[in-house]
Amino acid sequence: MIEIETLRIELPGFALQDIELSIQDEEFFTLLGPTGAGKTLVLEAIAGIVPITSGRIRVKGRDITDLPPEQRGIGIVYQDYALFPHLSVLENITYGLRYHKTDSHSSGQWVKWLMERLGLHPLARRSIYHLSGGEKQRVALARALAVNPSVLLLDEPLSALDPNFREEIRDVLKKLHQEVGITFLMVTHDFAEVLFLGQRTAILNRGIIEQVGPVSEVFQRPATPFAAEFVGMKNVFPAVFKETRAMVDDLELHLQDPPESHKRYVAIRAEDIVIEKEKLSGNGLNVFQGKVLEVIDRGLYHEVSVSAGKIIFRAILTKSALFEIKLREGKEVHIAIRSSAIHVF
Amino acid sequence: MKMRKTIDPFFWLTLVCSSVVVAFILIPLIQMTAQPSFQDLKEALQDRDVRRSIWLSIYTSGLAAFISVAIGTPFAYLLARKKFPGKKIVESIVDLPIMIPHPVIGIAILGLAGKNHWIGNLMQQIGIHIMGTVTGIVAVLTFVGLPFYVNTVKAGFEAVPVRLENVSRSLGASAAGTLLRVTFPLAWRSMLAGLIMCCARAISEFGAVVIVAYHPMIAPVMIYERFTAHGLKYSQPVAVWLILVCLVLFLLLRIFSLPKDNQT
Repeated sequence: MIEIETLRIELPGFALQDIELSIQDEEFFTLLGPTGAGKTLVLEAIAGIVPITSGRIRVKGRDITDLPPEQRGIGIVYQDYALFPHLSVLENITYGLRYHKTDSHSSGQWVKWLMERLGLHPLARRSIYHLSGGEKQRVALARALAVNPSVLLLDEPLSALDPNFREEIRDVLKKLHQEVGITFLMVTHDFAEVLFLGQRTAILNRGIIEQVGPVSEVFQRPATPFAAEFVGMKNVFPAVFKETRAMVDDLELHLQDPPESHKRYVAIRAEDIVIEKEKLSGNGLNVFQGKVLEVIDRGLYHEVSVSAGKIIFRAILTKSALFEIKLREGKEVHIAIRSSAIHVF
Repeated sequence: MKMRKTIDPFFWLTLVCSSVVVAFILIPLIQMTAQPSFQDLKEALQDRDVRRSIWLSIYTSGLAAFISVAIGTPFAYLLARKKFPGKKIVESIVDLPIMIPHPVIGIAILGLAGKNHWIGNLMQQIGIHIMGTVTGIVAVLTFVGLPFYVNTVKAGFEAVPVRLENVSRSLGASAAGTLLRVTFPLAWRSMLAGLIMCCARAISEFGAVVIVAYHPMIAPVMIYERFTAHGLKYSQPVAVWLILVCLVLFLLLRIFSLPKDNQT
């Protein structure tokens, strides 16, 4: 278990503020946030690479706050692999073994298993200059796991990879985590990676944790406007609530349940907004008339902005749906939102 | 249809300037090297004083370079890796010996090592003499050569990604272990280049040495003495031998420090 208590790091122009995290043993925890949010800083603080201003860090009950990196038993894998260029693949993987007092037979077996599992045996004697991005990342993983760390920190391990390798390494990470029984803590800015890999996640923004929880919960019930936008809720509006109604500017939305008194916002996923030529009707459906402001081609789908009253909703449509209702900018349409699709926070 | 090649005036400008620079350096050296007869060169080499002065130049410069490696390497690492208040000032201090006129360096060191200064007094009490000694020559050469070593090696350390060191530490290596197993193997070419630069600067030093130690005579001082006492013809053979010896030494070091093809 990793326990981070009121961790604070002050740097010129940036501060990590009172980070509180608790990560369970053998959990795959993800730290999600945009570039510059301080994700890598949290990771490097846990690894002992950056000095902290205040706070405590415990791993499996042991206070490691004041220990140097080599005594923490924490592995780190960077997005740019950080392989030792003067060493071969095998020399990279076995680099840390001499510092860990385990009997050479069992550590040899462990390294052999890791190399087999990651498909690295045929590459053992190769120079790292002759490896693909995916192979390099597999070597970096094997090297970090070879010393059997209690925690593995992953700093955006998929970001620098081509799409093909990204999927490959993503699958490798998931399987390895299930097999090795080590806590994985990964930072990323890609929520799709979190959905695939993470069990729990924390959203970090400008050095502050906005929300922590199981991935499904954060996905479905974001707690702040930033978290909502970051997990893909494209429609986030401040609202005034009265019983089961939410007033968003001049629009009235009907909710499924009356919200608690401290709620301030509504959020709706773009995919939960239905656009039709004709007015839809039904129980628990919020229906508005609107005008198409913009249609943006996003490749596999189209993003459509529709103004209804003073509010602009963003919805997504498949290419075929777009052709079917002959949608274009300036066209009058009807939008429908299920009450159950409106998230309140 | 033939494509007409356009002539870029800037290309010609660079070509002309490059030719001027190369000619400016090479012509006087070739002229001087070609001037003495084989007999003159042979006689110079048979002269024990000449051999001794060239050896003293190589020996003292080499010693200055190794002292620079010993004290300059940790310092260069600190400058490359750490941020601290006044770092820019410290970096400027390192560059001072490059900018100060060299006789001034000789005078400064002599002033410090004289009997009128407590440091000089202390040094003499423990048997370290600067004036007219090999120790003095080495001290002066280290002073002028050190900035070249520190700056070159600092750039070399900066080129080693700090993440490699972080990973090494996370795998269990101490700071010293990381330096030995990761940083040095990746920066050794810069260290060798720094050593060559430092040595080259030291071996060519005249102004500061002539103030601190006219005797024992290093090669540049001997060339100067022969020029002032006997003229150009008598000083040239010694100069040629010094150039040849330096050329061989630096070529050897350069060959050893060339990067391997597969690591580029």
